[in-house]
Amino acid sequence: MIRLNWLFRSSSVLLRSQVRLLHVGDANVLHSEVDKQSAEYKENAREMASLVGDLRNFTSQVLKGGGQKAIERHTSRGKLLARERINLLLDKGSPFLELSALAGHELYGEEVVNSGGIVTGVGRVCGTECLVVANDATVKGGSYYPITVKKHLRAQEIAQENRLPCIYLVDSGGANLPRQADVFPDKLHFGRIFYNQANMSAQGIPQIAVVMGSCTAGGAYVPAMADESIIVKKQGTIFLAGPPLVKAATGEEVSAEDLGGADLHCKTSGVTDHYALDDEHALYLARQIVSNLNLSATNSYNDQLMHSSQVNFQTATPPSAVEEPRYDAEELYGIVGPNLTKSFDVREVIARIVDGSRFTEFKKLYGETLVCGFAKLYGHTVGIVGNNGVLFSESALKGAHFIQLCAQRKIPLVFLQNITGFMVGRDAEANGIAKNGAKMVTAVACANVPKFTVIIGGSYGAGNYGMCGRAYSPRFLYMWPNSRISVMGGTQAANVMAQITEDQRKRAGKEFSEEEAQKLKAPIVEMFEAEGSPYYSTARLWDDGIIDPANTRQILGLSLKAALNNAGQETKFGVFRM
Amino acid sequence: MYARLLRNFGANARCFATEASPKVRPISKILISNRGEIACRVIRTARKLGVRTVAVFSDPDEKSMHTQLADESYRVGEAASSASYLRGERILDIAKRSGAQAIHPGYGFLSESVEFAELCQREGIIFMGPPSSAIRDMGIKSTSKAIMAAAGVPIINGYHGDDQSDECLQREADKIGFPLMIKAVRGGGGKGMRIAEKPDDFLTALNSARTESEKSFGDSSVLLERYVRSPRHVEVQVFADQYGDAVYLWERDCSVQRRHQKIIEEAPAPGLSEDLRRELGEAAVRAAKAVGYVGAGTVEFILDKEDLSFHFMEMNTRLQVEHPITEMITGTDLVEWQIRIAAGEPLPLKQSEITRRGHAFEARIYAENPRGGFLPGAGPLRYLSTPQPSNNVRVETGVREGDEVSVHYDPMIAKLVVWGENRTQALNSLVARLGEYHISGLDTNINFLIDLASHPEFQLANVHTGFIDEQFDTLFPPIIISPQQVSQAALALVLNELQAAFRNGNKDQDPFVATPNARLNYSLVRRYDLKANEKVYSVAVKFDGEDMQIQVDNGDWQDAKVERVQDGSRLKIRANINSNVTTYNASIDGTSVSLFSESGKVDFEVGQPKFLSAQGDQLGAVGSRIVAPMPGILEKVLVKPGDKVKKGENLAVLIAMKMEHILKAPKDATIKSIGGAAGDNVAKGAAVITFVDEEVEK
Repeated sequence: MIRLNWLFRSSSVLLRSQVRLLHVGDANVLHSEVDKQSAEYKENAREMASLVGDLRNFTSQVLKGGGQKAIERHTSRGKLLARERINLLLDKGSPFLELSALAGHELYGEEVVNSGGIVTGVGRVCGTECLVVANDATVKGGSYYPITVKKHLRAQEIAQENRLPCIYLVDSGGANLPRQADVFPDKLHFGRIFYNQANMSAQGIPQIAVVMGSCTAGGAYVPAMADESIIVKKQGTIFLAGPPLVKAATGEEVSAEDLGGADLHCKTSGVTDHYALDDEHALYLARQIVSNLNLSATNSYNDQLMHSSQVNFQTATPPSAVEEPRYDAEELYGIVGPNLTKSFDVREVIARIVDGSRFTEFKKLYGETLVCGFAKLYGHTVGIVGNNGVLFSESALKGAHFIQLCAQRKIPLVFLQNITGFMVGRDAEANGIAKNGAKMVTAVACANVPKFTVIIGGSYGAGNYGMCGRAYSPRFLYMWPNSRISVMGGTQAANVMAQITEDQRKRAGKEFSEEEAQKLKAPIVEMFEAEGSPYYSTARLWDDGIIDPANTRQILGLSLKAALNNAGQETKFGVFRM
Repeated sequence: MYARLLRNFGANARCFATEASPKVRPISKILISNRGEIACRVIRTARKLGVRTVAVFSDPDEKSMHTQLADESYRVGEAASSASYLRGERILDIAKRSGAQAIHPGYGFLSESVEFAELCQREGIIFMGPPSSAIRDMGIKSTSKAIMAAAGVPIINGYHGDDQSDECLQREADKIGFPLMIKAVRGGGGKGMRIAEKPDDFLTALNSARTESEKSFGDSSVLLERYVRSPRHVEVQVFADQYGDAVYLWERDCSVQRRHQKIIEEAPAPGLSEDLRRELGEAAVRAAKAVGYVGAGTVEFILDKEDLSFHFMEMNTRLQVEHPITEMITGTDLVEWQIRIAAGEPLPLKQSEITRRGHAFEARIYAENPRGGFLPGAGPLRYLSTPQPSNNVRVETGVREGDEVSVHYDPMIAKLVVWGENRTQALNSLVARLGEYHISGLDTNINFLIDLASHPEFQLANVHTGFIDEQFDTLFPPIIISPQQVSQAALALVLNELQAAFRNGNKDQDPFVATPNARLNYSLVRRYDLKANEKVYSVAVKFDGEDMQIQVDNGDWQDAKVERVQDGSRLKIRANINSNVTTYNASIDGTSVSLFSESGKVDFEVGQPKFLSAQGDQLGAVGSRIVAPMPGILEKVLVKPGDKVKKGENLAVLIAMKMEHILKAPKDATIKSIGGAAGDNVAKGAAVITFVDEEVEK
């Protein structure tokens, strides 16, 4: 379908939902069974919309960074805010796949560290997908809390796995001193940032630093270890020790500018390579650096065309379009809903994510609780693995088989996770659910193709492993606002605890009253409820962000596109226990 | 070839070979010693008649439209007209080399050169104009007046004699007629000038004029002239053949002028009776016959708006710029007539066969700045889109998008000619088509032409030569830019950015392109500073999926959508702003957006990063400088590097469009360098003078 009026997509949605005769070309189109008039659908839609509303509210809160006062202080010096810097760095029109915007959410009690004090994400610079890391100096002076370090390292991990050039917009006071023990010494602490820079540079992943504020102590190594660095006149400073420490150490009194300003580093020390007059100039220079990375995307990209060419609307070619899903993504609200005990067909979700709602299913009639099949996402073939219930041995075997197919064919995998776990019980164990589940886990762990996980419902127990949870290194992992993540459900955990206690009491010949049981269970349920929340997860960076279900297609598309910069190598699987 | 030419004349043909006289000389190839739209115009008719064409071009015209349109083209010289299009002997040489039998001189350049006409005659090349004697006679004012008076063509009478006695002056005054103007010989600025409405007033007015003149200039001599209170410029198209026949093709009104140049013309002249039209026409034919005229000519009259009396002014011995409006109302091709008559044919039509139908207007589109005193301009035609030509709409032009309006020649870009059943219809069409004439890259008078053609007094045909001065205030209403226009310009920018992304991405399979401006769980707000009419508008655009919201100067957020649509053969922008859907055109050129609508063009400057302007100063690479305000030729450089200059001191003289521009020192400074030598061409915005940056030096 060629849509010249591509901006007015809503009109074509109407067309899509019209009844039509089935043509063989449409035989792989998923047929939706959703009853949009049902009370359940409407209730789901209302509740999910409210959850998405919460998500947008939380997000709008963190966009305020360190608050009005800090913003005023920051901007009065002629400095731009972190996200404004990113907007100017990216190509006009480029989306920004911001990661974990809600990191640090309610993590440090009274201390509000919005977005963890650092903005990270993937955007396009001169036609090249780049990983951007920008300190937000309005949040606690841009100092590194433990979550800041974690988020910085996660961004670098994404860059390394997907071979994305890194652009660091540095404006940070360095490690948060009161929390130095949780920031400085360990393997995945501050030092790892520079270790990553060195190793990524070694792997040919460009490292670019733009010093737009302070860059003190360890932070000084960000520009110093970058392939190319830029510093902003009268804003950026780089030194191993700031003026107070210098005075304490040697008694020397020196201004920050004289100690490590742009003039010093561009003219004398050579620590930085490019001298920028202001933030905007620095970001322009950063774009220039990217345009000279000699990457293939950059070479085919005409920056001049983007910025200075004369355009008349009579000659520009209209875009040709990808095939959009046939169903409106917002229907996911009504289909899924927040109640995880109610099941839904994951195909309804797939139908609202993939190109043309086309899905070629694999082993449809076997191991039916796991849905596997091939689809296209913005024209790229992907393998999709989704849950339609608890995993049985057959489901796990089918999953392992399908993942092997994708690994062999080098097809990226998308996991739509809504899983209470593997089947339990005597029959299941006797059928070897442990070894069959292990086959799927092995396949997921070893498959050397880009993997993407979206937790669209529950993520419990070993189901999390089999469905490519965080520990299985999906390139990107997102959660829906209705989702839950924990080793098991809160009620189940409380029941287990109550059962164990009851058994202990029985052995001791004591009573365990229903009242006592309730007393025991309530806080456990409460704790699991709190810790299973996607906000609890995203605050700790167990995921790369909570997303609006309606945006899943777009976000997966952007993630896939970024990931294809490193499409994966040959897979060598571990031993499959037969 | 000639036989074919004759066949092509078709139904209009009256007589050819039967009357073959020795004067018939077949023409199969002509040289056009001109450039621009008129050269193109002549080439088109020649092609229609099967006549081959030869163009001449100056260096900057090597790739011009006329050069490419002609069957052959030859370089004639350097840019300056005096070195190219005015070099008669070179042109004649090219004519001979290329085998052209005739030269069409167009208008301007050599079209009224007696010497060139004579040269052609001597060399045996047909000059497509009147005999040199006619050019000469009409070229000298006093001679032409005398000839006209003798031929019974009314002329403006006057008395310029030495006898200043009351009796003599009274006698002369009665001869001249009233109203009458008494002017101090040494006078100026209206001082010592009196109007006598009727004979009785004469002596009073005379004495009053003398007294004032004596007081102001110490001299009381006066001259007398017939006074035309509100003169109209009405001219008659005539044609004469080599056999002494002449006809008129009705009249044109060209009253509305600026800087003594016509900008809008119409045919027929409004408000004239059929009798008066015939009188004018017949007077013009008498005038032509009186000088033995051949070919196309125009007899210009001053027509008194009040009493409709008319007087001979001058005769233009060429095809006029505005000839197409005559063609539109008479259904003729005057260039075809010129070629046929030059070939020795008799006039294609008899006077009685020359009919008139409907009304036609011509608007001249110039590179100029009407609000800046109509200062002529030049520069690139970065974007050019014209109305769709049809039977009733002609776009006569010699330039295309990407061409340059050169400082060396006339800054006319095009003539827009429209025809309607009556004046109202034609005028409506003119206004509408002007709104479809879209040019960016340089200043044009299109907005002014729209305002002029829409002016109530112009609509009522209350025109006279002082029209623009008289209506100045209403012709230049304050520029009002609506938030809607600001939004439209911003949306054009947005669309452009999206398209740039599309051009650069792999369209089919690129989610980075398919999800423009996407942000996760919030909406990107982008800001654009748009400056128009000295005011900066701050526009914010919020991107929410495929929908947008737009806000101008912190006003209300309004829903917005923008897309490209097909409008006939062209693509336009369709914007939906707050449920108001408009379709418009815009062009974007780096730092500016030109927004086109039915009321003309609005140029918005797009805010640029501060570092761009700061870069030079701050990095010490260049100091502050003076740039050329328009493209031109550096006439004089009055300073040299190292000179210390005072604020306001003259530094250089730039000649642009025959006007001098003096570049003055903006501050006390030392000259660092000069961006060219006298005689060099400089582009608009080029640094002419660079100063030593005192701050850096210190």
